Amino acid sequence: MNKRTLGEKIFDSCNILFLLLLSFSTVYPLIHVAFASFSDGNMLMTHFGFLFHPLNPTLDGYIAVFKNKFVLTGYRNTLFIIVVGVALNLFMTAISAYALTREGMMLKKPILLFIIFTMYFSGGLIPGYLNIKSLGLIDNLFVLIIPAAMSAFNFLILKTFFESIPSSLEESARIDGANELVVLFRIIIPLSLPAMAVIALYYGVAHWNSYFSAMLYIRTKSLYPLQLVLRELLLTSESNAMATGDTGAANNLYETLKYALIMVATVPILVVYPFLQRYFVKGALIGAVKG
Amino acid sequence: MRFLSRLAKDLKKYRVYYMLALPAIIYYFIFSYKPMYGAIIAFKDFKPMKGIWGSPWVGLEHFQTLFHSAFFWDILLNTLKISLYSILFGFPAPIILALLLNEVRHTFVKRTVQSLTYIPHFISLVVICGLIKAFSGSDGLINDLIAWFGGERVSMLLWPEYFRTLYVSSGIWQEVGWGSIIYIAALAAIDVEQYEAARIDGAGRFKQLLHITLPGIKTTIIIMLILRLGHVMGVGYEKIILLYNPNTYSTADVISTYVYRKGVLEFNYSFSAAVGIFNSVIDFTILILANRLAKRWNETSLW
Repeated sequence: MNKRTLGEKIFDSCNILFLLLLSFSTVYPLIHVAFASFSDGNMLMTHFGFLFHPLNPTLDGYIAVFKNKFVLTGYRNTLFIIVVGVALNLFMTAISAYALTREGMMLKKPILLFIIFTMYFSGGLIPGYLNIKSLGLIDNLFVLIIPAAMSAFNFLILKTFFESIPSSLEESARIDGANELVVLFRIIIPLSLPAMAVIALYYGVAHWNSYFSAMLYIRTKSLYPLQLVLRELLLTSESNAMATGDTGAANNLYETLKYALIMVATVPILVVYPFLQRYFVKGALIGAVKG
Repeated sequence: MRFLSRLAKDLKKYRVYYMLALPAIIYYFIFSYKPMYGAIIAFKDFKPMKGIWGSPWVGLEHFQTLFHSAFFWDILLNTLKISLYSILFGFPAPIILALLLNEVRHTFVKRTVQSLTYIPHFISLVVICGLIKAFSGSDGLINDLIAWFGGERVSMLLWPEYFRTLYVSSGIWQEVGWGSIIYIAALAAIDVEQYEAARIDGAGRFKQLLHITLPGIKTTIIIMLILRLGHVMGVGYEKIILLYNPNTYSTADVISTYVYRKGVLEFNYSFSAAVGIFNSVIDFTILILANRLAKRWNETSLW
């Protein structure tokens, strides 16, 4: 390595210092939340500044979170949406992506355009809302599944992947007498598991994070997905949370409850993500080829 | 007729494939194209009882109401300001982070900083907004720090003058690490020999940055910028809806949130649909312009 000048040394030190500060400011809020979630509400209320350990450690916050029945129904609803939703997503995306890799179909181009156009243009929020309303899907969990049955972007990712599978594999299966469906389910899909996993992940995360359509279309509280329950408890009305208990104590309990809630809604994701991260990057790369 | 018979033959020959594509066609027809048709209510006085077709035409009345209303310029300016600030500060942030990381020689430091800064990307929007609320409240950590430095405590989410700062800075906090990944990948693709050659020619690190590193990631930067410009008007209304309140409407209300309130909460369907159309037309225009500019400057474009 060549020698560094004084200026370079100063720059390098400042650079590293800056990056460490940046990392601290990224991570500290989460650490703060973690400590606060195990803290005693009364002490938390009077606490000032950074937290470097839980104050008078207690599980009260977590107990309150799991006593709230809407947190539990929220979790259940979200799981249902993810499981059923992703299954439908994969089915819809796979069959159409396979169908449209076929060369020689006269209507292939027009159908592709028909799908891709929706990525750039939509009717807008209100016409979409009226459409869902007229279909009678309001206040039904399937409103979060059926209208999100497919994404044109993920369709393109999968289609690109299917096209990269050598057609000789398909031909030899046909010689052995396999029909189109057998080829799709026995050859193409098993060979595309990595790509299927990537788009399953994309779809799953979208379902996990979405709150907006639930806010538009779900009225009954027991049908709220987790994010909507969180919104209610964390953002809209502290008064509601407080109204459920006696005021003073409930107010202090709410302090820890909100941090426990953030933990409960975030830790599962933070645990799972690092393992999934490389698939995301992979998907983005496949997508970038044709996106 | 020849065309039709050819088509009939084609449909028969590839019937399994057409049938496999059919669910997607029906899906997009019902959930994308029907609402596009439904957007004509912007030119009608839509009454749910009469349906889209039965409601009377009113021409451009809703657009005129919009353009003549007092708040129109407010929400348009808010939209543009929030969007431009997010681009101005939010767009370069991951590039700068990637460049700074690129200068670090310790692999361990580099890796650690990278993996720590992308954590917030994984947190859902609702939780992020919950964090913003908890930390910016009058007894929150940010105010503790302000008070410690001798400033006044202020409940930031209740004051319009803080909204944009909170919105933009929390956005950077959440996405800077994740956003830098693509630039780091682009940086890694630059040929090391170029740097060696530059060093032999006596170029310092700043010169190398200017003449090798930046040109090396120019294409990536431009593509990302076009993509970003494509939704100038549709700035994160999902986040704004979670964060704003009547106190902060004066700086936080943007076109999309206005559409949501007027349409979904106040049932002004036709008027709201008109505002929505205005929004997407501008968005689409900006995307096309940005793409054309990029083509001219750099022969890089999305299509």
